[in-house]
Amino acid sequence: MTAPLTSPRFKENARAALADAPLQQALKFVEVNFIARRREVADRLPEFDALRDAARDIKNHTLEHLDLYLEAYEERVRSAGGHVHFALTAEDARNIVLDICRKAGAKTVTKGKSMVSEEIGLNAFLAANGIAPIETDLGEYIIQIRGEMPSHIIAPAVHLTKEQVEADFRRVHTHLPPERSLVEPTTMLTEARNVLRERFLAADVGLTGANFLVAETGTSIIVTNEGNGDLTQTLPKVHIVLATIEKLVPTLEDAAQMLRVLARSATGQEMSVYTTFSTGPRRAGDPDGPAEYHVVILDNGRSAMLGGAFQDMLRCIRCGACMNHCPVYHAVGGHAYGWVYPGPMGAVLTPSLVGIDQAGHLPNASTFCGRCEAVCPVRIPLPRMMRAWREREFERHLSPASQRTGLAFWAFFVRRPRLYGAATAAAAFALGLLGAARGRFRRLPLAQGWTRHRDFPAPEGATFQAQWRRRTRPHP
Amino acid sequence: MVEVEQQSGTDRRVGLLVTCLVDLIRPSVGFAAVKLLEDAGCIVEVPRQTCCGQPAFNSGDRTTARALAEHVIAAFEPYDYVVTPSGSCGGMLKVHYPELFAGDADWLPRVERFCAKTFELVSFLVDVLNVTSVTARFSGTVTYHDACSGLRELGIRAQPRRLLAGVEGLDLAEMRDADVCCGFGGTFCVKYPDISNAIVAKKADHIAATGAGTLLAGDLGCLMNMAGKLQRAGHAVRARHVAEVLAGMSETPAIGEPRRAGTKAP
Repeated sequence: MTAPLTSPRFKENARAALADAPLQQALKFVEVNFIARRREVADRLPEFDALRDAARDIKNHTLEHLDLYLEAYEERVRSAGGHVHFALTAEDARNIVLDICRKAGAKTVTKGKSMVSEEIGLNAFLAANGIAPIETDLGEYIIQIRGEMPSHIIAPAVHLTKEQVEADFRRVHTHLPPERSLVEPTTMLTEARNVLRERFLAADVGLTGANFLVAETGTSIIVTNEGNGDLTQTLPKVHIVLATIEKLVPTLEDAAQMLRVLARSATGQEMSVYTTFSTGPRRAGDPDGPAEYHVVILDNGRSAMLGGAFQDMLRCIRCGACMNHCPVYHAVGGHAYGWVYPGPMGAVLTPSLVGIDQAGHLPNASTFCGRCEAVCPVRIPLPRMMRAWREREFERHLSPASQRTGLAFWAFFVRRPRLYGAATAAAAFALGLLGAARGRFRRLPLAQGWTRHRDFPAPEGATFQAQWRRRTRPHP
Repeated sequence: MVEVEQQSGTDRRVGLLVTCLVDLIRPSVGFAAVKLLEDAGCIVEVPRQTCCGQPAFNSGDRTTARALAEHVIAAFEPYDYVVTPSGSCGGMLKVHYPELFAGDADWLPRVERFCAKTFELVSFLVDVLNVTSVTARFSGTVTYHDACSGLRELGIRAQPRRLLAGVEGLDLAEMRDADVCCGFGGTFCVKYPDISNAIVAKKADHIAATGAGTLLAGDLGCLMNMAGKLQRAGHAVRARHVAEVLAGMSETPAIGEPRRAGTKAP
């Protein structure tokens, strides 16, 4: 039981997404708002690019010494009275969480936003074991009542219009008067908060993700804009932090550096509204806090990325800037990618976690426009790594047969310059003649992918090289 | 004619990598490039060539990409400079070729020399030859699309605008999101035609909204994509490579326009 995977049906998913009018409406928000806000806040900070370099270097350093920092972190958590559990696989992590919940006699678990929880399919697993997971982030709450996956790593319900959310609230919150106004997003937030308030108080276990784990102090850090994470981790008697190995940073100073690029890149805020540091369970004299503090550190394929072509991907701090700036994401949204992580970061990470044989479409569905790399706060070379996946796919003969045949046919000619010259001269002449009157083709037999949507220009006639060689001048 | 701050182009031998698309579809871009380079005092030559290898490189076929790269590097070794009228091919040559030879001590020095002397056409004119203005006329309003590889891999943004500003009679109307991908992406547009279409449809709307009569860009692939969409959508915007306008060679039919009787390539 992990998150359901539809990445092999990416093309069908994309077609459905393109025909989904409310989705297309909702996606405009990403394209317009996220980009403008990031630009504005980055322009206001002259050292923003230098901070990005620093963030990259901090992550690279940590990954080079990850074993040491994991050990140091574990030691600090234990000395603060917390428990650290290492989980090699998604299944291990689910079972560890379930064990902790059972020992606590938990019937409900409130949850802060956690993509790792989505990755391991935790909600379905807990529910199947008689424990009700309750999402407390507004976006996560919305998609939970709709039975959907997040479509964006920081804005899980960004694929929905306000009208759709309003309809869901009226459908689910039947204890409230039907005539109440839900015109403003803030009124929906208030309504969700009122519903969730009791759940926060009743929950036996609170589970959050982590934006960073600090080796120096054994601290986990979360950033939120709604404060739901704080209630999730301070009210129940047990707090579980679910995180993956690459969340480590060495020191609090490093964490502070990372925080300076995170919110700016993500939402265009200088800081998120809440930045919460948790170190161990409630101490004597603390006004609040959990009696038990557990950290589940998941690998799930990540350690295999260390030292390889995809190590740089482990720098990712999950800000979402890459998808916010991606023309493909803008066109189809996050669900089309068919698993937990959409957009450019998903196109690199998903094949690492589920296999390129399952996720082959994702690194191919990119124009390599490079905008993702241009905005990445930790400078991950996303296009280059998508290309590395295409190379592995090609080497393993996983790319579609039609593409391979086309490429081989083309390669045969381009590697024989004289033959190529003759073949292209003939093709240019024939197509030029056929298309001269109109100047372009509305349909071409071998290029329907092109001509279904656009005209194809007729060649001018003779190739450049043929014309050039007719010029009366010496040439090599 | 072009004006240069100093006669720096004189007697430089430039190998023109015309690009496979220009060679096959629109040779007039190649002749415009030749004119601009010759006006700046360069001696232009065109060694026999096929393709820079980018389609293979981006399809994961490193073997073919490397074989083509070796051919290109060898073919252009005699020249002082390698110039190409494409930011995309320019990016392949200048940024990605070294990746194909990583760890190959025999080839790397040759690759480095090749990369150091290789430039996209407009940035070569402005940044290397210090061309400050061209002598060309164009009556009408144009809008300029920043093709992705040129923009983000080679830093081409100001150079074409600078030269266009000196074209007599030309007005530039900037489109919204000029720096956003047109959805071409090489083989992407045929592998994922529906997504590509959604992206280029948006681009076509932004182009049309400027009211410009002509769309310019520095990459024929992107231009074919945008021109094809503008035409299919019924917009009366013509599309040309920026070199055609800078060279004063915009009397030829625009991309995808019917050839008029008697029109001949030079």
